[in-house]
Amino acid sequence: MLALIDYGMGNIKSVYKAFEFVKAPVTLVENKDQFDAMDNVKGIILPGVGAFGDCMKNLDSRGFISVIKENIDKKMPYLGICLGFQILFGSSEESPGISGLEIFKGTNRRFSEELKVPHMGWNRIIKVNDNVFLNNIADKRHFYFVHSYYVDNDDKMIISTVTDYGISFTSSICKDKLFACQFHPEKSQDGGLNIIRNFVSQCL
Amino acid sequence: MLAKRIIPCLDVKDGRVVKGTKFLNLRDAGDPVEAAIEYDRQKADELVFLDITASSDNREIIYDVVARTAENIFIPLTVGGGIRSIDDVRKILLSGADKVAINTSAVQNPKIISESSCKFGSQCIVTAIDAKRNDPKDPTKGWEVFIHGGRTPTGIDACSWAKKAVMLGSGEILLTSMDADGTKEGYDIELNKIISESVKVPVIASGGAGTLQHMLQVLEKGKADAVLAASIFHYKEFTVSNIKDYLKKNGIEVRE
Repeated sequence: MLALIDYGMGNIKSVYKAFEFVKAPVTLVENKDQFDAMDNVKGIILPGVGAFGDCMKNLDSRGFISVIKENIDKKMPYLGICLGFQILFGSSEESPGISGLEIFKGTNRRFSEELKVPHMGWNRIIKVNDNVFLNNIADKRHFYFVHSYYVDNDDKMIISTVTDYGISFTSSICKDKLFACQFHPEKSQDGGLNIIRNFVSQCL
Repeated sequence: MLAKRIIPCLDVKDGRVVKGTKFLNLRDAGDPVEAAIEYDRQKADELVFLDITASSDNREIIYDVVARTAENIFIPLTVGGGIRSIDDVRKILLSGADKVAINTSAVQNPKIISESSCKFGSQCIVTAIDAKRNDPKDPTKGWEVFIHGGRTPTGIDACSWAKKAVMLGSGEILLTSMDADGTKEGYDIELNKIISESVKVPVIASGGAGTLQHMLQVLEKGKADAVLAASIFHYKEFTVSNIKDYLKKNGIEVRE
């Protein structure tokens, strides 16, 4: 069973529907007790809704912070989407003074004022380090993005893809069984569903 | 580079597509979910449902339509029409829409933009603006905002309103030219250009699409980020793929 983390910040139905669509066994989990009561969790999905600070606050109040950290440590498959990618790092200009999960070193920066923000629409992902989560995904394929902050990470070895929007930024990372992306697989049609299938096959 | 988006728009009344779709191979051309699936197959980049249901008794139907669409297609979906309160915004988003387009009530009560963008995020709050030239022949005279589906003039300048809507928290502008809408003689290039250069959020051009050249013009000269069209898709004059092939040949970045 895959645990889809619901931290009460809005619509995560589209992520749930995408997993259902690829016939993956997925359950919405609203707090640590529910997570602990599940047998046989094979993977964690953290979608992103709302602001960095609110997300950390809600994860904390539901007891999810230790759940996520411990399971990533144990190399449990993890899929982070949008904010579920950004909060793996130390901080964000969106919410000064709030610490992220600090699994990786780096911060989230706001796009330049020169650009139209949010970065909204379909943009290309350029493969830097190919990995199993990108199986059957052609290099430079378009994925759907909607965000105002981007990850600026220190460890370049974990970069899976980059994307150009004014600058070249990290659009996905991969380490062991963790894959996290700025784009929305659940809104990226066939390509996105392929990434979800690839993640599911790493879990089951 | 960010691709320019091609966005089919479906007018939905009492849960059925109106204006008629003429897709082949559809069991039921009036079912918005089937029409959405067909546009998804054609590689539309997003979809817009405009709910024109008049009776308040039938307004709930759109939630079911949105939910069924979200189960079947995995591209962004915007829903507009008749949004009057934060609660309406919430219900539409919970049904599975990614964005909500607000028109009349945003003008009458701009707080709906600031409160809903604060609550749900700017990225999901689209301000829809219906704009009409003060002088049909002279774009330097400016554009006026109309509400109630284009029936009521407001005296508000479209450019100032667009800037204010973005300041309040709108993440996108859906800009319809009332002069061009339905003419098939091309988008209002000047309108799109002035708004697009005035705001730092994406602008979706709407109204007037009749040919592939019109789309190219509004993206190039009009600086729009996306093009929305209804009838040219419904009547199968062009598919989304036709448009993308043409734009790509003319040097515009589109999603393949």
